[in-house]
Amino acid sequence: MPGKLKAKIVAGRHLPVMDRASDLTDAFVEVKFGNTTFKTDVYPKSLNPQWNSEWFKFEVDDEDLQDEPLQITVLDHDTYSANDAIGKVYIDIDPLLCSEAATVISGWLPIYDTIHGIRGEINVLVKVDLFNDLNRFRQSSCGVKFFCTTSIPRCYRAIMVHGFVEELVVNEDPEYQWIDRIRTPRASNEARQRLIFLMSGELQRKIGLKVLEMGGNAVVGYLQCFDLEGESGLVVRAIGTACTLEKISSTLPATATHPSNSSPSKDMKEPGFGEEAPGVPLSSGPPTPLRAQTFSSFSPSKSYSRQSSSSDTELSLTPKTVGIFLFPSTPALESESSPLPSAHLPHHLWPGMASRSTTPPPLRLSQSDTAILRKSVSFSEELLLAASGMGSGGSAGKEGGPLKALLRQQTQSALEQRGVSSSSEAFVRTGEYPFFTLAAFPPGFLLHVGGVVSARSVKLLDRIHNPDEPETRDAWWEEIRQEIKSHAKALGCHAVVGYSESTSICEEVCILSASGTAAILSSRFMQDGPLDTEHRLSRQPLCVFSTGSERVEGDMGSSASLGFEEVVSPGCGFCHIPYDELNIPFPAQLTYCYCCRRYKVPDVLFTTIDLPTEANVTGKGCLIQARLCRTKKKAQGEGNATVISNLLPFLEYELHTQLMNKLKLRGMNALFGLRIQISVGETMLLGLASATGVYLTALPSPGGIQIAGKTPSDITYEQHISNMQKKINDTIAKNKELYEINPPEVVEEIIGSPIPEPRQRSRLFRSQSESSDEVSELDLSHGKKDAFVLEIDDTDAVEDIHALLTDSPTPAGFYSCNTEIMPGIQNWTSAIQMFTSVRVFRLNANLTNQGLNKIFSDLCENLLKSLYFKLRSMVPCCLCHLNFTVAIPEDELIQVAVTAVAMSFDKEQLLENGKQSGEKTLIKAITENDEQLQFNLELNAETSAPNPLSSPKGLSEVGSHLSARASSVDYSSFADRCSSWIEQLKLKAHTIRRGSVKTTSSMEKASPLPEGRSRSLRSNRSYSGSSVAVVKMTPLSFIPGAKIIKYLGIINMFFIRETTSLREEGGVSGFLHTFIAEVFAMVRAHVAALGGNAVVSYSMKECVFMENPNKNQAQCLINVSGDAVMFVRESELESTSVQTQSATTHTSNGAEGT
Amino acid sequence: MSVELDVFVGNTTIMDKEVYQLWLNGYTVNDAVKVRIEGGVMEECEASAEVLLSDTMDQYRTFQMCERLLHHPAKLANQLLFQIPPDRQAMLIERYYAFDDSFVREVLGKKLSKGTKKDLDDVSTKTGITLKSCRRQFDNFKRVFKVVEELKGPLVENIRQHFLLPDQLARDYAAIVFFANNRFETGKKKLHYLTFQDFAFCAGQLINNWTLGAVDNIMEDMDVDLDKEFLQELKDLKILITDKDLLDQHKSLVCTALRGKTNVFNEMEANFKNLSRGLVNIAAKLINAKDVRDFFIDLVEKFIEPFSLCLLYMGVIKSCILRMYHD
Repeated sequence: MPGKLKAKIVAGRHLPVMDRASDLTDAFVEVKFGNTTFKTDVYPKSLNPQWNSEWFKFEVDDEDLQDEPLQITVLDHDTYSANDAIGKVYIDIDPLLCSEAATVISGWLPIYDTIHGIRGEINVLVKVDLFNDLNRFRQSSCGVKFFCTTSIPRCYRAIMVHGFVEELVVNEDPEYQWIDRIRTPRASNEARQRLIFLMSGELQRKIGLKVLEMGGNAVVGYLQCFDLEGESGLVVRAIGTACTLEKISSTLPATATHPSNSSPSKDMKEPGFGEEAPGVPLSSGPPTPLRAQTFSSFSPSKSYSRQSSSSDTELSLTPKTVGIFLFPSTPALESESSPLPSAHLPHHLWPGMASRSTTPPPLRLSQSDTAILRKSVSFSEELLLAASGMGSGGSAGKEGGPLKALLRQQTQSALEQRGVSSSSEAFVRTGEYPFFTLAAFPPGFLLHVGGVVSARSVKLLDRIHNPDEPETRDAWWEEIRQEIKSHAKALGCHAVVGYSESTSICEEVCILSASGTAAILSSRFMQDGPLDTEHRLSRQPLCVFSTGSERVEGDMGSSASLGFEEVVSPGCGFCHIPYDELNIPFPAQLTYCYCCRRYKVPDVLFTTIDLPTEANVTGKGCLIQARLCRTKKKAQGEGNATVISNLLPFLEYELHTQLMNKLKLRGMNALFGLRIQISVGETMLLGLASATGVYLTALPSPGGIQIAGKTPSDITYEQHISNMQKKINDTIAKNKELYEINPPEVVEEIIGSPIPEPRQRSRLFRSQSESSDEVSELDLSHGKKDAFVLEIDDTDAVEDIHALLTDSPTPAGFYSCNTEIMPGIQNWTSAIQMFTSVRVFRLNANLTNQGLNKIFSDLCENLLKSLYFKLRSMVPCCLCHLNFTVAIPEDELIQVAVTAVAMSFDKEQLLENGKQSGEKTLIKAITENDEQLQFNLELNAETSAPNPLSSPKGLSEVGSHLSARASSVDYSSFADRCSSWIEQLKLKAHTIRRGSVKTTSSMEKASPLPEGRSRSLRSNRSYSGSSVAVVKMTPLSFIPGAKIIKYLGIINMFFIRETTSLREEGGVSGFLHTFIAEVFAMVRAHVAALGGNAVVSYSMKECVFMENPNKNQAQCLINVSGDAVMFVRESELESTSVQTQSATTHTSNGAEGT
Repeated sequence: MSVELDVFVGNTTIMDKEVYQLWLNGYTVNDAVKVRIEGGVMEECEASAEVLLSDTMDQYRTFQMCERLLHHPAKLANQLLFQIPPDRQAMLIERYYAFDDSFVREVLGKKLSKGTKKDLDDVSTKTGITLKSCRRQFDNFKRVFKVVEELKGPLVENIRQHFLLPDQLARDYAAIVFFANNRFETGKKKLHYLTFQDFAFCAGQLINNWTLGAVDNIMEDMDVDLDKEFLQELKDLKILITDKDLLDQHKSLVCTALRGKTNVFNEMEANFKNLSRGLVNIAAKLINAKDVRDFFIDLVEKFIEPFSLCLLYMGVIKSCILRMYHD
């Protein structure tokens, strides 16, 4: 149904001189929407024209309103020749389509030209009259609100969280069309910009439709990315979390709690992926009745999945399992089990075959999408098997060479299992994912955290033949999500939070990555679908258990989420393990929680989410980065993919090792906001893992790091070792002081972990795993029984240690983190400074891995140092949300881009814990009626029985109950395996399957709620900001000292800039500097035009820079996004202070809603 | 191995005052880094030379990008590219338009032409101010001159409004513009002892009293040019020395006014005729552009020198006589 778009061109200013003779310009404006164009009169001879045009009216479908940008072109009239374009403005009118967002766009917007940059400004007015659309079958989704913010936006509260939405659209890249040879760079850039605008509009509309189908009214944590696949096309994809939000009336701070449902969700160990459930019935497993039930309860989502899910993919994706069940323990079996993606094709590739033939033709066949080469990555033969099982044709596996034999051994089993589990996954129907792109949650929402789950896959790109059916890409992602889901399941979790996806493309090879944090959520905000009896059933047993202080292990994981528990300890609840103690997916040492002493916790916790505000934290946190650079042979096509696949596991493993070491070195025991980026180039792979380390009070104190030489004979060597040991010990001590980590001494009651081995502790092994015996010998540890042991026998280890010790501490007065808030700092002032810094480093040829590593590491370190120096005037301050992005723009170039915000804080009042008590109570209250997610799984019946074994496998193994049980001990979901593996070994597990490499680090649990920001808000309120007519930008979801009173719409902008006079523009640095400044300027201007004064959750998602100095040319593409908001200083709200105060408190605790 | 590209862009543009000053002073990046290192920033902030270099380059780039805005300070306030707090903007402008007294003395009264600009390297050598800085200052003079030249209304006010300069700086620029416009000769050796502030004061007086704007306050008046009619009328002053009566009358009026107010009163009174003649001659010739240019030199040659000569002579004689006079 139609809407009426109205635009008025008021004036221009600062126009460039277009007529050399007169030094003036005869400007006029074309206003275009869809296929309709209007023109203003020519305003002769002026650089500051006053057009004051009439209202141009476009009557259009709302579908078009969502897809198309309003396109304003400013031209210089020329009587004799063609009119010269001065520049353009694209206006996204989406914010005007939503009643709660902006109502008018009005203001000065920069006129942008892809060759010349900003050339003056134009003042426009844009409005939309929208008629109500009652058509049920409409294609538009006007009114659905989009937020980049990865928490429930302040000033809203979540009534319901519906779950994961995703969509992608593909097209040909104009830059690679034949026509590009004959058109100007400007025309080509503009075609691209416009296309991406259109595609993101379309994408948003489609996602909106899905949200409407699910019954939601908003998308939170909206993450849109584009993949420039070169020849093979352009992909724009997005994920988000569908919610039903309700605006909080400004005065009343909504207390977060609305127990919308009282469904007792406590899933047992089998926290089913609620969402999956609908899809569940697969050919493979005869759906148990339970399943069916769940299914029904989730009906809404199901319908969603059916209808809108990205189409075609399902076919190819859902591997119908061929009924093969793998017995984890027996590797031999694995090979057989190759649930090929396409159910119909009977082929099983035998491992041997697979390994040899890189592209097994059958595969292609099977996957209708074809063209995709599945590369399997494997580093051990077994792996290979697994891979083949997955249907990957990739080979490569055989030379797992570099890995130490031991490692291999250990991993083998894990891998095998993985293979198994993955196959079992197949049973679960894809299409519904219990994923949440949120990284922070309302209190009480996040019950337990299992650990990080991630998956990677290497693909060969091929031309997208039919843009309307992007099945291939869809299938790729489905595959990965599927895997993530199974990993989560293996951790006893039914959901994945802090979920994100990314790609890295080099030539025709593409690495797809996804990661998130396995978790158990409260059902309170979830679908209030019918609570079936099922739930009750499931719940009952739990209650029983919970009454006893000790639960039966089997249930523990899931049952932990029971309301009761929360009462006990809101600050530590999320740390309690969600998985089954007896069936720990990996050998980790569990202890009773150091806070509540009632439930078990792991020794280390890794997560991708923000630190929950109510978490009990000791001391401060800090940014921890693992950096790795590995050379790789040049190769083409499949060969290249294989090489990459082979390298990935090592890369991940080492990153993980580094992270763990650095964490220990800082005396901390948990990582939040973990983000691992792998970037691929022609001759190298880059890995960068960033996270914020903290000391969670609930977890045991980390042991020190022990260095052990393997050949003790030599005296000097020993000395060397003891020197290093001393250095390390000193550093740890210093760090503890620096970060104020003084956990209360607790008497250790060690609770036996089910795992009998001594190595359960996190001993760090580089590769050698022989471990167990050594431990006892090496008990030199750091005072605690659990020391990491670093063997420095091999050069790698030495290198590691050097890397460890070379990280320079942050200068006095600075803190840094990559999460939204820094634990231990709350009293922010209103001084914030968002910035982007980009560096490109040219390498010499012929560097060794070690040399590369050093260079890369130095690059990052130096960049940080520069930031500290630049921002020294803001001390004391914290660099928050430090987001590093690495890329390899071309051979021998490394590009690192950082976006972050520096926030000053007030040293005086470093209060930390005051609020916690308050929060706790609140949470308690909340949790009482709380239930867990309803995702009860199909297996409820089973689970309810206190049979620990069955649970973890539940979903995946549905079909094969028997086998599952049998194998339960080492039950095999491969995620678990991986994780265990990882943990123990510090290994990251990689699975390769179908050419995908997957990793699960199942570590620790993540935290629940997102209150952090509000906290800071509160503390800041006392600061008054000078209210200048400026637009603030921040990657965080809040503005310290201010209250966001309105969300005006999403900002999602894409720009291309090109120059053919690079030197004249100050070289590459000058060029990029100007461009980034211009992008900032345009973002600010658009926000201001919407009536806003800030952008929150800002991010630069893409910064692709290419240069050709010989030709004096350069080109850069930048994609940025964020939420335009209007905020008021809290000082200005002071009048209402009392009220607000309480309000804030509440909100901070409870509701994200703030 | 090298850093190929290195940029830092803040939402609020970060500018270091110290680096800005170094940039304004025309230091190269490397020199600026040296100065900063000597200044001890590194120790303060635990930074390395590398970091300092990176920061300095970055700031220099920022300044260069800002420079075209600084040429039209009014634009700085409503441009969108850089978000700069108002107080910072004021600082940027003020410092950009600040100049060295020693430099301005070299070009004061000269035509602000390309020719003059070409000679700046000599000025640079002479004053020790970097050529870059000289050019900036010269261009500033020229830019202000060009903008203000054709504008009606009070000169100082125009400058203040168009260039957003603080009052004192605007007055100085008014003086510079005024001197440049009238091409007053200030470079002669005899004038070397005069500072810019001396001239600026004189310029202020002239602007306030001898220009069109001074005569009537109508806005369309221009402050840059001397009032031709007034100069014409100055010719009539000759009568003060040609007509004996008027001369005496003039003398008695002046003496009445000055009596007791200057310690050289006696000398003045004694030489009144000569002094008066000098002044009147200067005044009478001012209608010629050439003589306008020589106004200051004439004042020195025809009035101050004779008078001080006289003072000197009288002083010596007086002391000699007192000495020789043995009671």
